[in-house]
Amino acid sequence: MPLIEAVRLALQTLRVQKLKSFFTLAGVCIGVMFLITVVSIIEGMGRYMKDDLVGKIIAINSFELRRQPNINLGDVDQAEWESWRRRPRLYISDLLPVVEALPEGTRWAQESESGVQVVSRYSRPRSTTAIGVDGDWFAIKKLGLRDGREFTAQELRQGENVAIIGPDMVERAFPGMDPIGRELRVGGVPYRVIGITESRGSAFGISFDNFIIAPWRSPIRKLLNPQPQMIDAIVVQADNQQVLTEAKERVRSVMRTRRALRPNQPDNFSMETSESALEFWNKLEGYLVMAGVALPAIGLVVGAIVIMNIMLVAVAERTREIGIRKALGAKRRDILAQFLVESATLSTVGAMIGIGLGIGLAQTIAALTPLPASVAPWSIVLGVLVGGTVGIVSGVYPASRASRLDPIVALRQE
Amino acid sequence: MSQHTEDAPLNITAERQAVVASAGAAPGREWVIVTRGLKREYDMGGEIVRALRGVDLAVRRNEYVAIMGPSGSGKSTFMNIIGCLDTPNEGEYWLNGQLVSTMRDDELARVRNKEIGFVFQTFNLLPRATALANVELPLVYAGVSASERKERAMAALEAVQLGQRVHHRPNELSGGQRQRVAIARALVNRPSILLADEPTGNLDSQTSEEIMRVFEHLADTGQTVIMVTHEPDIAAHARRVVVLRDGQIASDEKREKFTEKLGLSLPQK
Repeated sequence: MPLIEAVRLALQTLRVQKLKSFFTLAGVCIGVMFLITVVSIIEGMGRYMKDDLVGKIIAINSFELRRQPNINLGDVDQAEWESWRRRPRLYISDLLPVVEALPEGTRWAQESESGVQVVSRYSRPRSTTAIGVDGDWFAIKKLGLRDGREFTAQELRQGENVAIIGPDMVERAFPGMDPIGRELRVGGVPYRVIGITESRGSAFGISFDNFIIAPWRSPIRKLLNPQPQMIDAIVVQADNQQVLTEAKERVRSVMRTRRALRPNQPDNFSMETSESALEFWNKLEGYLVMAGVALPAIGLVVGAIVIMNIMLVAVAERTREIGIRKALGAKRRDILAQFLVESATLSTVGAMIGIGLGIGLAQTIAALTPLPASVAPWSIVLGVLVGGTVGIVSGVYPASRASRLDPIVALRQE
Repeated sequence: MSQHTEDAPLNITAERQAVVASAGAAPGREWVIVTRGLKREYDMGGEIVRALRGVDLAVRRNEYVAIMGPSGSGKSTFMNIIGCLDTPNEGEYWLNGQLVSTMRDDELARVRNKEIGFVFQTFNLLPRATALANVELPLVYAGVSASERKERAMAALEAVQLGQRVHHRPNELSGGQRQRVAIARALVNRPSILLADEPTGNLDSQTSEEIMRVFEHLADTGQTVIMVTHEPDIAAHARRVVVLRDGQIASDEKREKFTEKLGLSLPQK
């Protein structure tokens, strides 16, 4: 019997017995609904992590040479932390050898940052993050200016007292006025504001817009690290992934030579990329997906048992029909296929309703709570496949019982 | 059911002996059904019931045969074997030149589909399907395309004067109409034999006559018809009457002789 015929027959059965079908489908429907919801929320969190959180801190196709990784999303034990703290710092003297080793098609910047108090004539002292930079910092971080201008090469080289501030600082230090050309004091030294950056938004309620940037060579560097010759990071960006790998290798070799590391000693510095920062999240996401799939699976098992039961009842109720079909020439596999397709169709319809409800639930949760949600297309495919599979698995036993019925006995049944 | 002991040889008529002799020669073109020494036993909880004890029967193409017998005579078992729903323990059954008695399930299903058209006492229509869908069913299992199926099913329904009621469900049809749908379904695959099991058992006498006229017409137009019944006046419609008793053929004679013996009048054409 052609498949389409069997599906049509199954849908007809579904239509005729609406209430019974509804109860049959409830298990699969709820299972798939939660599957879609959980997967959508995990997917949403993942996207948030990648695009908003890490993406804003570490630029694409770049790595940051640091004493220790800047972003730690968990799983760092005490011993590892201690070993990081014993590592030597980076010094400004490391910069030139590193930059000289870089291949064609790369840009560099260096940065240091620390929490500071900023004093403005127009407000009380404000806490903010001071960032001392050099090189192509704005280009690499893809941080544009809303107002004013960037540092000139000369300002960077000479370490002049100029500053670019984040959008949050405008209102906090200069309420109701244009900050360009006005003065801010950091550590008792006056800086002239020459620009305002674009907003970088926020993640999990933390603003990325509260900072003041000045040339690292300006007096600000004395506030950023215990010694003024220290720096936090050298950032290298490449045109593509291949150049990036090459650059990483060259920088590693330069640093190992400078630190006089023997071949069997590990690196005592870190080179962090956005991938390495996301490593932990990726691991965590794997576990979450597993849990998110395993829990609704219990619902699906219940759904499968219900479907098997209903199909056994259907076979018993329709024994005579099976007898008639066999008398008219239905082979075992025709009967087997009929009941398998029926239970698969039933279950798939349940799964599709579940997908709809799941998407709705995910959107509702996203709207009502801070949890983000993003419906993954693969989870919809998964939902349909799961529905079909549950139907087939739970239909095998009833269908094989139906197919083995003796037509004489089946025809005699009232 | 009691266990049968070997009875004295049954009365075998002269015609029947001739039939058996010729059947012994060739299950082929002329003979649509040939059975030789069919035996069927059932194990009913340790007790062996010998439902058929060696049945030899040959039916020519275009014959119209009634099979009669009291309950327990083995006529249901015989009909199940003729209808390829059951297989004998011993003996041969040739249907349309094919040895059916040794076939397995799927082959039997194919033979049921192509060679046999069933008409049942209780009609056995699918209750949720329309008349048209019911008639299409054998064609579905024969793998006929949807458009051809519909065309042929419509033609079959028109042939039984139900062209106006193709979209009705069985519960919207009268008993006679239901049986005519069943006849249309039985014939839609152009089977070698039409096998009817008590076709008038659930019908009033007027409707029974109506259905008998349909059978008459089919027989006249060359359809082989085998009808199982326990009513002599229904059996009298057939051209040849075979009586089973205790799992063996008790008599096998022309209709005229059968009716004369029972004092029945021949049915009006």
